[in-house]
Amino acid sequence: MKKLIAPVIAMILVSACSANKIKEEPKPAPAPAPVAEMPAPQTPQPAKPQPVAEKKVEVNPLTDPNNILSKRSVYFDFDNYEVKSEYRPLLEAHAKYLVEHQQANITLQGNADERGSREYNLALGQKRASSVKKVLSVMGVPNRQIETVSFGEEKPKALGHDESSWAENRRTDIVYQGEK
Amino acid sequence: MLKKALYCSLIFLTVVFGKAEAALDIEIVGGAAQQIPIAVVPFAQTVSQNDSLAAIISADLRRSGLFRALETRGVVNQPHELAEVKFSDWAALQAQALVIGKVEQQVNNRLKVSFRLLDVLKQSPLAGLEYDIAPSQLRMTAHKIADVIYEKMTGEKGVFATRITYIVKQGNRFQLQVADADGGNGQTVLSSTEPIISPSWSPDGTKLAYVSFEKKKPVVYVQSLVTGQRQVLANFKGNNSAPCWSPDGSRLAIVLTYAANSQIYLINADGTGLHQLSHSSAIDTEPEWSPDGKWVYFTSDRGGSPQIYRMSTLGGDAQRVTFEGSYNVSPHLSPDGKLLTFIRREAGRFRVAQQELSTGQVQLLSDSAQDESPSFAPNGRMILYATNINGRGVLSIVSADGRTRQRLSEAGGDVREPAWGPWMN
Repeated sequence: MKKLIAPVIAMILVSACSANKIKEEPKPAPAPAPVAEMPAPQTPQPAKPQPVAEKKVEVNPLTDPNNILSKRSVYFDFDNYEVKSEYRPLLEAHAKYLVEHQQANITLQGNADERGSREYNLALGQKRASSVKKVLSVMGVPNRQIETVSFGEEKPKALGHDESSWAENRRTDIVYQGEK
Repeated sequence: MLKKALYCSLIFLTVVFGKAEAALDIEIVGGAAQQIPIAVVPFAQTVSQNDSLAAIISADLRRSGLFRALETRGVVNQPHELAEVKFSDWAALQAQALVIGKVEQQVNNRLKVSFRLLDVLKQSPLAGLEYDIAPSQLRMTAHKIADVIYEKMTGEKGVFATRITYIVKQGNRFQLQVADADGGNGQTVLSSTEPIISPSWSPDGTKLAYVSFEKKKPVVYVQSLVTGQRQVLANFKGNNSAPCWSPDGSRLAIVLTYAANSQIYLINADGTGLHQLSHSSAIDTEPEWSPDGKWVYFTSDRGGSPQIYRMSTLGGDAQRVTFEGSYNVSPHLSPDGKLLTFIRREAGRFRVAQQELSTGQVQLLSDSAQDESPSFAPNGRMILYATNINGRGVLSIVSADGRTRQRLSEAGGDVREPAWGPWMN
């Protein structure tokens, strides 16, 4: 009996997943965890839902430039950590993805521009990471999927000493586990 | 539970001691209105030493802004002993004070350094000392002699024999360095490819606490300058940063994001006894202990913009300290606890400010635009800070009256995050 049920559940879950997909792209392999806990059927082909490795033919929505999920940065005003409303669609997309992929984890990396105190900027970067986390939490993402870290002004992406560089560095990045 | 996260592993460093490779270049601007003219005759140095004691002493005195070091080469008779001094020579040069001395090689490979400070007008000795030293202590001995001269002539204790610490960024390398107060004799304490910030001296000058990102997030370490050994002081969940020692050296104030936002915690120097001091939903950071040990000054944006507050080390409500301006950060107190120096942003410029705590009166001391990390010299007469010249980080020292400014820079490197060390016994 068990041997029959497992693949059936797996199929139902997989089809449920793909029914409300965000874009056209197929999902990157991982199937829901409960399936993995069932005794694996003898037949080899449906038996490998666990590995996170993507199929080469499939496009990863997280890195597909046509997918909003490939956008990862939320920008802030000087000495400010309020998430502007223009980033709502971006954060909604990531929230949806995270809710649908409970095994996916992200780190929110807060950054600050080079001006002013390094320690204050470290705290500011933390606030910028935390305020993005708050928005995602309200959108239903469980806390356990989100980590926050601050680099303050220590890891600038733009190296100039002008407003455009500073604006680029006042930022929180969404980094999925396994990415660098 | 918090303790569980505390790793006290001892780590040996990629650190070399005793290498004098780095040297900061000095540039001096301005000076006091009344400068004491002083002649420092080149010492009789019987051994081949790279450092001229007279040159180091003269440079120290000149940097204080309170002395004018006279050119002595024109004087034919160059005395090294009291009996050789012709006071009329130095009176003609209009020197108010004269310094003579010598370095003698001893049998046990040690050196004997002796000097005399003489009043030219009264033709009488003001001070004189002898030092029995290892050859490596020559520079520091010159600074000590400068301290004796400074104190004798001004009535205040000198800070030439103290040390400073700072971070040098060269390419992708970050180096925590310690140097003499004149930027000479720089030694690398820690070298890393990840950022290092916020070095803080222990009150006895034997240890540094600092923040390193080598674990891919900010972690607070304490390192002995005597043995080079170091240990993790705080590696809790989230960020660990902004260490500052209590005046008795038994505790540190640090900043953790353990619960959520950056808050101030107190922790024993051995990593035990952690407890939260500030409780706000805002940013609370950059704790600075008052010299009497009763207060912690800190930066907070609880009022909507970053300002400096203080609270009792026993806890309780915070009192706001700075009121003018929309950005006041990085508080540091003078050793007598009467003055506060900090960074103020005004019209887009970040400058060193000084506030008299009893009156609240504020004076802007620097004239640059990207100043950071001000700290007082142990005698309270000067403030060391980081600034930016043509896109490069340099250190600057301004006298507390704003009259004299010095700049310390390292060729090809960014220098930042300075902290002035205490007097050493």
